[in-house]
Amino acid sequence: MMAGSQWELPPELCCRPMAFVALTGLDVVYNAVHRAIWDAFCANRRADRVPISFKVLPGDHEYPKCRTKRTSYEWYIPKGILKTGWMNKHLNLVPALVVLFYELDWDDPQWKEKQSECATKVEIVRTSLQGRNTKVAVVLIQKKTPLPPGEDLVASERASALCNACDLSGKSLFVLPHTDHLVGYIIRLENAFYEHAQTYYYTEIRRVKSHKEFLNKTTHQLLFVRHQFKIAFFSELKQDTQNALKYYRTAYSLVHELRAHETNMLEIKTMAGFINYKICRLCFQHNTPLDAIAQFRKHIDLCKKKIGSAELAFEHAAWMSKQFQSFGELFDEAIKLGLTAIQTQNPGFYYQQAACYSQDRKQLAQQLCQVIAHLSVPTTLTPVNEILHSATATASKRRERHQLFVSPSAPNNHMTVENGDYLTCVWREMSATEVKHDFFIVVFAGIDPPDAEKEKTGILSLQIKERDVPHSELIIALLSNAVAQFKKYKCPRMKSHLMVQMGEEYYHAKDYTKALKLLDYVMCDYRTERWWALLTSILTTALRCAYLMASVKDYTIYCMELLGRASTLKEEQKSKIEKNLIKVLMNEVPDPEPECDPSSVSAARSLWSDRMALAGSNELTIEVQDYIPFIQCKAKFQSPSFHVDQPIQLQVFLRADCPHPFNFNKLAVSLSNQEYNQWCVVESAQDSMTLVPGKTRCYSFSFVAKTEDVGKKIEMTGIEVMLGSDAGRCVFLSWRGAGGDAASTHEALQASRSSRRWGRGLEARQELDWDSLSLQHSTMIISRVPKISVQLSHQPPALTNEMFCISLTVQSQEENVAKEVKLTAGLKPGQDANLGQTTHVTLDGSKVCDDSSPALLPDVPLGDLKPGEKLERRVYVRCVSTGPRVFLFHVAYSIDTTVEGRHIVCKCHKDETVTIETVVPFEVSVKFVSTKFEPLDRVAVDIPFLLMTDVLSSSPWPLMLNSSSLQLLTMTSNTPQLQSQLHEVVLQTGECASECFCLRCPAQTSSSSTVATGQYLISWRRQCSGADGPLIQTTVTLPHVILESVPLYIHADLPSFGRVRESLPVRYHIENRTGLVQEVEMAVEPSDAFMFSGLKQVRLRILPGSEQQMLYNYYPLMAGYQTLPQLNISLPRCPTSNTNTLRRFLPQRIFVKPQGRQLDDASIAAA
Amino acid sequence: MAVCIAVIAKENYPLYIRSVPTQNELKFHYTVHTSLDVVEEKISAVGKSLGDQRELYLGLLYPTEDYKVYGYVTNSKVKFVIVVDSSNTSLRDNEIRSMFRKLHNSFTDVMCNPFHNPGDPIQSKAFDGIVSGMMVQTG
Repeated sequence: MMAGSQWELPPELCCRPMAFVALTGLDVVYNAVHRAIWDAFCANRRADRVPISFKVLPGDHEYPKCRTKRTSYEWYIPKGILKTGWMNKHLNLVPALVVLFYELDWDDPQWKEKQSECATKVEIVRTSLQGRNTKVAVVLIQKKTPLPPGEDLVASERASALCNACDLSGKSLFVLPHTDHLVGYIIRLENAFYEHAQTYYYTEIRRVKSHKEFLNKTTHQLLFVRHQFKIAFFSELKQDTQNALKYYRTAYSLVHELRAHETNMLEIKTMAGFINYKICRLCFQHNTPLDAIAQFRKHIDLCKKKIGSAELAFEHAAWMSKQFQSFGELFDEAIKLGLTAIQTQNPGFYYQQAACYSQDRKQLAQQLCQVIAHLSVPTTLTPVNEILHSATATASKRRERHQLFVSPSAPNNHMTVENGDYLTCVWREMSATEVKHDFFIVVFAGIDPPDAEKEKTGILSLQIKERDVPHSELIIALLSNAVAQFKKYKCPRMKSHLMVQMGEEYYHAKDYTKALKLLDYVMCDYRTERWWALLTSILTTALRCAYLMASVKDYTIYCMELLGRASTLKEEQKSKIEKNLIKVLMNEVPDPEPECDPSSVSAARSLWSDRMALAGSNELTIEVQDYIPFIQCKAKFQSPSFHVDQPIQLQVFLRADCPHPFNFNKLAVSLSNQEYNQWCVVESAQDSMTLVPGKTRCYSFSFVAKTEDVGKKIEMTGIEVMLGSDAGRCVFLSWRGAGGDAASTHEALQASRSSRRWGRGLEARQELDWDSLSLQHSTMIISRVPKISVQLSHQPPALTNEMFCISLTVQSQEENVAKEVKLTAGLKPGQDANLGQTTHVTLDGSKVCDDSSPALLPDVPLGDLKPGEKLERRVYVRCVSTGPRVFLFHVAYSIDTTVEGRHIVCKCHKDETVTIETVVPFEVSVKFVSTKFEPLDRVAVDIPFLLMTDVLSSSPWPLMLNSSSLQLLTMTSNTPQLQSQLHEVVLQTGECASECFCLRCPAQTSSSSTVATGQYLISWRRQCSGADGPLIQTTVTLPHVILESVPLYIHADLPSFGRVRESLPVRYHIENRTGLVQEVEMAVEPSDAFMFSGLKQVRLRILPGSEQQMLYNYYPLMAGYQTLPQLNISLPRCPTSNTNTLRRFLPQRIFVKPQGRQLDDASIAAA
Repeated sequence: MAVCIAVIAKENYPLYIRSVPTQNELKFHYTVHTSLDVVEEKISAVGKSLGDQRELYLGLLYPTEDYKVYGYVTNSKVKFVIVVDSSNTSLRDNEIRSMFRKLHNSFTDVMCNPFHNPGDPIQSKAFDGIVSGMMVQTG
């Protein structure tokens, strides 16, 4: 028997009503054909099939008898709203249609006999259904496939004969050939059945509606409800849900119009609950969830106050709980079918409320059923038994008349005549409603005068029954349903709250393990959200559980937190807890927690004494970091770093929040290097180990770090405080890191914001402000401070490629000898990787170092350094590329020293860094010009040209150029011996040195038109570096030139000047540079400044490689710079060649001196 | 009139809770605490759409069988919660709003006190007085 099943909704209410069709004449056990037909009807019914519930019944099945129809309601007084079995009757007992299956082919040889047998069977069914509107139909099972209608004359004739014989309409006769397409036929058949069923329910609705005119409002109130309910239910069977909803709504409002009394209250509520269930269900089905919710709210508001009998108030709570639960289930089901719920409107709220009412029920039951606890069973049994007999008698009488509505689950509870169960079960059978109906009859019908004794016994027995209900189980089930819902709809706090309730309920149900598990789970949520009042309440319950289970560890933890600052308990409660905690530490049994069940307390006591008697296992470690224990701990290193020659100092602060001073026996700090742990322990039984509430105690430790730990971090890994002693029980409170607990971060934050820090005077500061104490959980051990000086001198910037000299002076200020002084010099690591490739460091400054020199010279030994001694070194740096570089000079040494009487060898070092910019010493620019000093963009083959170089100093220091030279690749020098023009030239900043070389480029075999020129080499040094400084060779790659070949080379021999009216002979040489004979046309254009003699226009041929000369005598007419007569040359054979290029080779102008005076010679002579 | 008034810090711990003394105080703590679920949800929903022009009044958070819980969030995410008896139908939305406004004004005064450390529980007599004026008078 499921607890509380009395309040379960009956299954026929919760199911979906479907038309009921009875199939007879099928032998599904022995006849394979019949079996197949039945399977086709009922197996694998998909949603698209018509909603019919089929049942196979024997042909002579007795259907429920139909009561004779009442012709008048005048003297009829209804005794209840609805009869118990009514819904079940119409769902499962009274069919809408009875179908008779009969095997008969149209051409059956014994047609006549079979026809009459069939008629008889129909008659039997009809008789059984006397007075009902149930339809009858006949299905002929035939072996042959029927012919199309109208073609089989025998068939139609015999069909009409059969209809006549059976008194059937043609629409009620069907033929089912059992051939291949059985399922198809069956579907067609059941559609036809469905139509018949619809008609049946329609007539039923009409029939019920027709009663209305006979009713009057005074005596037939109940019938109004009953009829509306029936119409609605038939509409549902007819699958007309819209109308069903309408009628249910009417029925619902009529239910609340009924005259309500204490005696029929339960019946009204039960009925209202049923109708409400139907309405909500249909609303969800019609996808109008808001209507469903509104209806439910209305329902609850209407029924909330209808408590009924005060002695049975728990029944009302149970009923309310059930209302909420079933609505929650309906809601949940709708969600599974696709409805979306929201955070503030989800099934969880209904489950929660259901749980809430179940809790009320439990409380009411505890209050109301307290009395019977004192009554002994035998005394109650006799009177109850007596009454039972009469009560069951009346009840059975009523049931015969089917006038009462009883919860259908009740008849299932058969009497089990066994000791105590007897009483409860019999009362169970006629419980609640039936007992009520006795009263109902008294009030309304005046039958059976009220029997006060009977009533009292009835109530008593119900109370006894209620006492045995496992309330907690029901509440927990509902709560866990709600938890699941709230989890889904993002309500973490609601979920936690419900879990607390679950935990408390488990506590009441004495399942302490589960209670603790739940409470422990949610505690941390309340702790992190800092809801201390709630946390305290949960902890209090948890403490009781732990006490009752005699769980030492849990008990200790909860005690510690309840004593702590997060607890909102009063001082006296805390004192009590503290006393208990001390008892546990002394291995004694603690006093019981208040408000515990006395029987559990005695059980717990013996559990505790067992626990205490148990030897060993009296050490307990508790990680308190995640709690808020009553002992607070904070620790810090005095400084974030210590030099290795200083003692490391750390402080541990402890503070107790309990009401009375508390002793502890040991304090130990664990550090990341465990070798130091031995220095950080205090252990004794002095009074310094007593924590006075509200006072901060400080414990200081100091130790000397090991020299190997230089550069390492020392961290506190944990702090342990030991409470109790070996004599009793040792509890180790352990903090990770440097202490602090679940609440201290927030407190520190608040303290940092606080204005008190600034506002208070000095006298207030003497007391340490606990909250603003900050943790320092690690410290760095760093090397001893060096007592030497390192100085650098140099002349920046560095010039590219030079051997840049940096001189380093180290002076010792140590009091002892600095041993093993070592220098590491060079590029500071961690810069651009390319710098490593382009920087070279050496100690040897006599020659230019090569690329094999490293960028950083490590550990150059410098020997020992006596106190006050000075040492100097030069370091040369060669930077191949420009840009800034950071150089590091690291001087390391070791020295003996003493710390707190301990002798240690310290390694010290001093770093010096310098940033040096590297710049180019000078810039070299190169240009090509023709022999006429005209800039050339291309160079002609085998024709001399000039290369000019400019060296522009950009160094801030004077440069001495030693020499320069050309390294030519393809070109040849036009001058036999190239000599540097820059030898020993000193350039100041911004000064420029130029040089000029005459070159000629021979013809190239390769086809490319550009030619590499070669390199320009300059060797130089800083002037200040002196004559012995190494020379630096700087190589400048000369640009490529574009080479062009000219077919014709022409050049002129002419004097350097002419004189007016004196003959000026000019000889043009024309060379053919091609391998072909060239035909050349030459013409001299007339000029105003010259007369000339010679061939004005000539056409000549020049053989390959040979030369032709043309001689002209020019006769200048004007003085000054004059343009020579223009010589036009064209090559008719290769018209593409540009004569302008040719003209480039020729002199354009000549200086003509004025005519000398003849007389002058004489005058000179005269002079 | 309210049966419980609470001020909750930005980090969701209580700064001030007062309820009518006749009833179970713990129950109100739970009611206010669970209502924060809805407040958080509403704040995050608003945060997504419009940043600054936010309505401080959150309206009815959720109805329980016995109480109606209303919420209000200041711009600095401090929450006010007012719990009203369900049977009290005389209170309109407007009146609740004005209660919250009054509460907010008084809270602002508390914050303006240079000796008050924001984040500490509120221990102001003036604030207490305002709250008392809004609570159901018992006895």
